[in-house]
Amino acid sequence: MAASARRRPAATAKSRRGLEEPPWVRGLLIAVALAFVALFLLLPLANVFWQALGHGWGVAWKALTDDDTLASVRLTLLVAAICVPLNVVFGLAAAWAVAKFEFRGKTLLTTLIDLPFSVSPVVSGLVFVVLFGMQGWFGPWLDERDIRIIFNVPGIVLATTFITFPFVARELIPVMQAAGSEPEQAALTLGANGWQTFWHVTLPSVKWGLLYGVILCNARAMGEFGAVAVVSGHIAGLTETMPLRVEKLYEGANLAGAFAVSSLLALLALVTLVIKTWLERREEREQRRAQAAQVDGAGVDG
Amino acid sequence: MSSRRYSPLPGFSLTLGYTLLYLALIVLIPLGALFLRVATGMTPAEFWELATSDRALATYRLTFGASFGAALVNAVLGTLLAWVLVRYEFPGRRFVDAFVDLPFALPTAVAGLTLSSLFAEPGWLGRFLVPLGIHGAFTPLGVVIALTFVGLPFMVRTLQPVLGDVETELEEAAATLGAGRLRTVFQVVLPGLAPAILTGFALSFARAVGEYGSVIFIAGNKPFVSEITPLLIVIKLEEYDYVGAMAIAVVMLLVSFALLLVINGLERWAGRFAR
Repeated sequence: MAASARRRPAATAKSRRGLEEPPWVRGLLIAVALAFVALFLLLPLANVFWQALGHGWGVAWKALTDDDTLASVRLTLLVAAICVPLNVVFGLAAAWAVAKFEFRGKTLLTTLIDLPFSVSPVVSGLVFVVLFGMQGWFGPWLDERDIRIIFNVPGIVLATTFITFPFVARELIPVMQAAGSEPEQAALTLGANGWQTFWHVTLPSVKWGLLYGVILCNARAMGEFGAVAVVSGHIAGLTETMPLRVEKLYEGANLAGAFAVSSLLALLALVTLVIKTWLERREEREQRRAQAAQVDGAGVDG
Repeated sequence: MSSRRYSPLPGFSLTLGYTLLYLALIVLIPLGALFLRVATGMTPAEFWELATSDRALATYRLTFGASFGAALVNAVLGTLLAWVLVRYEFPGRRFVDAFVDLPFALPTAVAGLTLSSLFAEPGWLGRFLVPLGIHGAFTPLGVVIALTFVGLPFMVRTLQPVLGDVETELEEAAATLGAGRLRTVFQVVLPGLAPAILTGFALSFARAVGEYGSVIFIAGNKPFVSEITPLLIVIKLEEYDYVGAMAIAVVMLLVSFALLLVINGLERWAGRFAR
C-alpha cells in the first residue's frame, strides 16, 4: 500500500493514459451501472412503499391492523425469537470447535455447516414434511399423541432453523480464527476457568462478528418464504408468517394490503442493510488502524 | 496435523459434540430421511418415471434455462457494476455499494411482488415495455428477471475483493508495451478475472435454481410454460402426491450437491490465482 502511494505521484500523464479509461468511457460505464442499480434495485424498493401508500394511509393502516395481519407479525417475531438464539448457540459452539482446535474432518464439517445454503427452500421444507407429516415417518406416532408439527408452529420453526442454520457460524468461524487463541491461553494461565475465559475474553473479541451474523440470520428468519410455505398449511391467524400473509392478500386480490405488509418487510430489509453497512465500515476502520499501528511500529524499530 | 490434545483450551468435546448433534438433528437426518424414503419407497424405474414426466421435464428446462440466462446477465452487468464500484470514484459510490446487498436482505416474496407490479402493464416499467412487446410479468421472461434480481449480489460480492487485489503491474506492463486500454482490459485484466467471474456465475446460478418466493409472484405459473421445478414440488405436495414431490426433490438435491462441488472446485482454482 505504501509503495503504490509513493509511486503514484511519479507516474507520468502518458502512462496514466494507458492505465485508465478515457473520461467519456468512465462516465459511460458509471452511467450504465447507476442506471442498472436505479432501475433494478432502487425502483422495486420505491415501488413497495409507493403501492403501499398510493391508496392512502387509511387503506394501508386498515390492512396492517387487521387481526390476521397482526397475528402474522406476532408469529414472525416468535419464530425469529426461537430460531436466532438456537443458531447463535450453535454458531458459538461450532466456531469454538473449528477455530480453536485442529481435528480430522474439519473441512468436511465446515462444508456440511454451509449445506443448507445450497438446498432449495422448498426442499428444506419438504424434508420436515417427510419426517413429521401425516404420511411421514413419525406422522402416525405423533398423530396418536395429538402432536402436530407440520401445518403448525413447530414445523415453521424447524424449517426456518434449517434455512438460517449457517448464518451465525459462518460469520463467527473466520473472526474467531483471526483472533487466535493466545488471549484465551493467557486468561487460563492467569487462573480463569473455561467459562470465565469464554465470557470475558472470547465473547467480547467476537461481538461485532456475532452481531453481523445475528442481523443476517434474523433478516432471513423473518423473510423466509419457500420453506415456510411448504410446512405452514396457510391457516390465517395461526400459521401465517408475514411473507405468507403477503401471498394470501395478493391471491385474494388485495394488492394494497399485500404491499402494506410488504412495506414492513422492506423496512426490515433497510434496517438490516444499514446495520450491516455500519458494521462493515467499522471493521474496515479497525483494520486500517491496525495496519497503521503496524507501520508505525516498524518505523520505530527501523 | 497436530492432535487436539496439545491445545491447552478447554471445551473441545463439548463444543464439537454439540455442533455434531445439532448438525445431525437439524440438517443431516432430515436430508437423509428424504433420500431413504425415496430409496426404500420406490423402485429405480418408478423414480425415473416420476422424475422425468413431461411436466417435470418442462419445469427443468425453464428452471435451468432461466437460471442460466439470469446468471449470464449477472456475469455481464455484475462485472460492470463491480468494476465501477472498485475502480472509479463518484458521488454516491458507497451508497450504491451498500445497496447491492438489497436482494439478500429483501424477503423474496416482497421482491417477487414488487417486480411483478413494476413489469405488469400499469407498472412503472410495464407501461413503457409492454407497448414494445416486452412482457416482463407473468411470462418466462419474468422468471429470468426475478432470478437476475436474487443472484446479483453473488456476482458483485465475488468479484469485488478480487478486483481490489489485482496487481496493476500487469496492466502497467501491457500499457508500457504499447497496448491500448481496451486491449489491456480484454486481454490482460478480464482473463485474470475469469475464475472469479465463473465462481460468481456458478453461485448466482445455484441460488437461482432453488429460488421459489420471488418467482411465483411474477411467473404466471402456467404448467409447461412458466412453471418452475420448486413450484411443481409444492403443487404435488398440495395434491398429497408425496411420492411425486419427493422424487423431484431428490433430483433438485442432487443438482444442488453437484453445483456445490463445482463451486468448491472453482473457488480453489480462483484461490490459486490470488495470493
